[in-house]
Amino acid sequence: MTGYLFLVILALSLAAFHVGRTTAKSFVSAQGAQLHSRPVYHGAFAAVWVGLPASVLVVLWLLFQDTIIDHLVLASLPASMTEGASASRLSLYISEIRNVASGRIFTEPSPEIRTAAERLQSWQAIARWAMVVVTVAMMVLALYLARARMAPGFRARQSFERTLDIVMIASAAVAIFVTGGIIVSLTFEAMQFFRLVPLQEFFFGLNWEPQIAIREDQVAGTGAFGAVPVFTGTLLISAIALLVAIPIGLLSAIYLVEFAGECVRGIVKPVLEILAGVPTVVYGFFAVLVVAPAIRQAGSMMGIAISPNSALAAGGVMGIMIIPFISSLSDDALRAVPQSMRDGSLALGATRAETITRVLLPAALPGIVGGILLAASRAIGETMIVVMAAGLTATLTANPLDSVTTVTVQIVTMLIGDTAFDNPKTLSAFALGLVLFVVTLYLNVAALRIVRRYREKYE
Amino acid sequence: MSGAAPTVPEPFDWSSPQAAARRRRRYAADRRLRIYGLVSVLVAVGLLGILIASLVVGGYSAFVQTHIAVEFTADPENVPAGDPTSGNYRAVITNAVQQLFPELESRSELRTAGDILSKGTANMVRNHVVANPELVGRSFTLEVPASDPFDQLNKGVIDRNLPEDRRRVSDFEIGLFESLEARGLVSTLFNWALFFNSDSRFPELAGLAGALVGSFYALLVCFLVSFPVGIAAAIYLEEFAPKNRWTDLVEVNINNLAAVPSIVFGLLGLAVFIQLFGLPRSAPLVGGLVLSLMTLPTMIIVTRAALKSIPPSVREAALGIGASRHEVILHHVLPLALPGILTGTIIGLAQALGETAPLLLIGMNAFLTTPPGGVMDPATALPTQIFIWADSPERGFVSRTSAAILVLLGFLIVMNAIAIHLRQRFERRW
Repeated sequence: MTGYLFLVILALSLAAFHVGRTTAKSFVSAQGAQLHSRPVYHGAFAAVWVGLPASVLVVLWLLFQDTIIDHLVLASLPASMTEGASASRLSLYISEIRNVASGRIFTEPSPEIRTAAERLQSWQAIARWAMVVVTVAMMVLALYLARARMAPGFRARQSFERTLDIVMIASAAVAIFVTGGIIVSLTFEAMQFFRLVPLQEFFFGLNWEPQIAIREDQVAGTGAFGAVPVFTGTLLISAIALLVAIPIGLLSAIYLVEFAGECVRGIVKPVLEILAGVPTVVYGFFAVLVVAPAIRQAGSMMGIAISPNSALAAGGVMGIMIIPFISSLSDDALRAVPQSMRDGSLALGATRAETITRVLLPAALPGIVGGILLAASRAIGETMIVVMAAGLTATLTANPLDSVTTVTVQIVTMLIGDTAFDNPKTLSAFALGLVLFVVTLYLNVAALRIVRRYREKYE
Repeated sequence: MSGAAPTVPEPFDWSSPQAAARRRRRYAADRRLRIYGLVSVLVAVGLLGILIASLVVGGYSAFVQTHIAVEFTADPENVPAGDPTSGNYRAVITNAVQQLFPELESRSELRTAGDILSKGTANMVRNHVVANPELVGRSFTLEVPASDPFDQLNKGVIDRNLPEDRRRVSDFEIGLFESLEARGLVSTLFNWALFFNSDSRFPELAGLAGALVGSFYALLVCFLVSFPVGIAAAIYLEEFAPKNRWTDLVEVNINNLAAVPSIVFGLLGLAVFIQLFGLPRSAPLVGGLVLSLMTLPTMIIVTRAALKSIPPSVREAALGIGASRHEVILHHVLPLALPGILTGTIIGLAQALGETAPLLLIGMNAFLTTPPGGVMDPATALPTQIFIWADSPERGFVSRTSAAILVLLGFLIVMNAIAIHLRQRFERRW
């Protein structure tokens, strides 16, 4: 239905384009007038006027139709059912009414629900047809108005270009809306969470046991939302990842920039790019299937008991994921150091290694640090590897052989399965998400600032 | 010291043994650094090698599947001629198994023997008979997939030489299977089910069709949203935007969005698209929208780079013969920049194809046995299917997960190859 409506909009826009163009041409042929804009712009002007508002209308209509109908249906329920009912009770009614309306009947519904379902169906049908009628009427009206404005002296091109400007500005503003949407939605849900759980418990509590009952008949803990063990777990795994990635990434970058020949570079650079392009779920599977058992085996050979989802396995594999990141950013930083500094150092008799450690690295340090900060932000925000390879229980430990959990693991486990938006368990995921967003944002901004300031120094 | 006359330093004896030793030390340090670098490069390359090798070793066996040729008889007492859909196909299979192993008598032994065939056999036989109604009352032979333990046995994953209590199939079962092998009924065929079936609880029946369709729809939505919006935003920022605080804000925003963890986009999708707008959970539409928000920064950045690479002389020439600024962009700059934009778009879509975490949050990890029929139907995607299979306890899913990863990597390689080809074919140096 909706798909066909979009086809209708497209067809009518094309028709409007044709009408506009022929009208403009007829001005020339019939009246011999000089056109201000070429006929094609008259067509484009008409098409934009017909197609754009109609598309916007349909999208908005689809977004709000269900919400409005749900409210109407709820309002039409007898007062005995809605009086004093909680929000979750009401949403249960709605889903029951929807199920009955679409024919998925599991138990015999009450007569109120049945009539509400019939009402829902009829209103949905009305809304659907109303959408079609209103949209088509609007398009016809728009075509009429556009046609009325056309004249030989009409500045169709300027009109069309102004619309283009608006579309482009709106597109550029989407980026702002997305950031705004992230901040507003995370803050909103996190505020709900902090209404249930005090701020100081979340940020300073040492006990994280969020598995509380959503339904009353579930067996679960009483709930504790001290996020410190989750934060330390994240830091531990990220630190392991950086310990793996920084030496390997930095040394490979040094080797590639300063020592390697064209041929080696031609092979190694694509390999690193492939490493960067492997989806993280693949790394997660690799950690579970290969790395964790290998580490466990090595541990048992040395007589050390290692948890099956140790921080070492998750962090190590995450380190592999970050290697290409660090090496490519360090590569850029080393390459940006002017050749004259290299030549100067070598001319004074320093060896290659001395040039690198005493001249190039200090000069490239800001860029490298920026890259490491970006890599750290990647490590903290990385999800799939830790979801698959790290643990679920939050333990406050710095032992890399133990199992720890991370912020992202907790977000995913909270939101898979039962989600009720009035429950601290679900909402805690948004609080964690807010912390994650703020921390990674800070790291990114800091890194970009360092990199930019440093770039200006040599340019 | 201040009063002393400036002293001429003693000339350093470069040929003294101390100097030679120092030189050796310095050269050794130079070699060491070079070796460290080489080792770390080798480690990085080696890790990729191990990654790929472990996937190939674990996954190649899932591209073939053990089949057993079984003769079924659709006797009219079990399968009514007028209505083959409602037949008792369990009985048909039991009879076929009895025929296969006439020496078995007890019911439990027969059931064990029947477990060699996949749990989906009844469905397969029914579909076959419904498609060919003339088979009722006749015998016919079907290649039926073997169930997971026997598939593993045939592929050698389960070692027949282990003591009985340490493997998943008993000596009796191995005996039955070996008798089938001896009769030449066991064959190893290409596993088309991997591509044409949807998910299943039984590894021998599980396939990627649903995930492939789901990923296709999600990427389609992602493309339809992020491509036009990204290009429009990039053109505005690169060609029209005045330099002021507002556009600075937009640029900073785009750079930061590119580095926001993907799971945060999942939270946004959950809170806004599902909670606020009431779109259905698990739908490729929501998945595609979330992915499009994630690819948008990439899209804008690559489009701007492509626009920037078009020399100003093109713009000046067009302006010089009277084109408006919009005409310059639409008629001249954009067509020239299009190959670069398409390359970036394909790379952005390849990233989106591998993205998992946000899809988990919006519920695209449901267990579904049919492919989605549209963008509003519940669906899984390729990476989330990998995640589901990686979590499944059955042994057969381990190799299937690796195989699914190989399929995903295959798609990524193809997309990147197309992008590289486009770049090389259409790249122009100005």
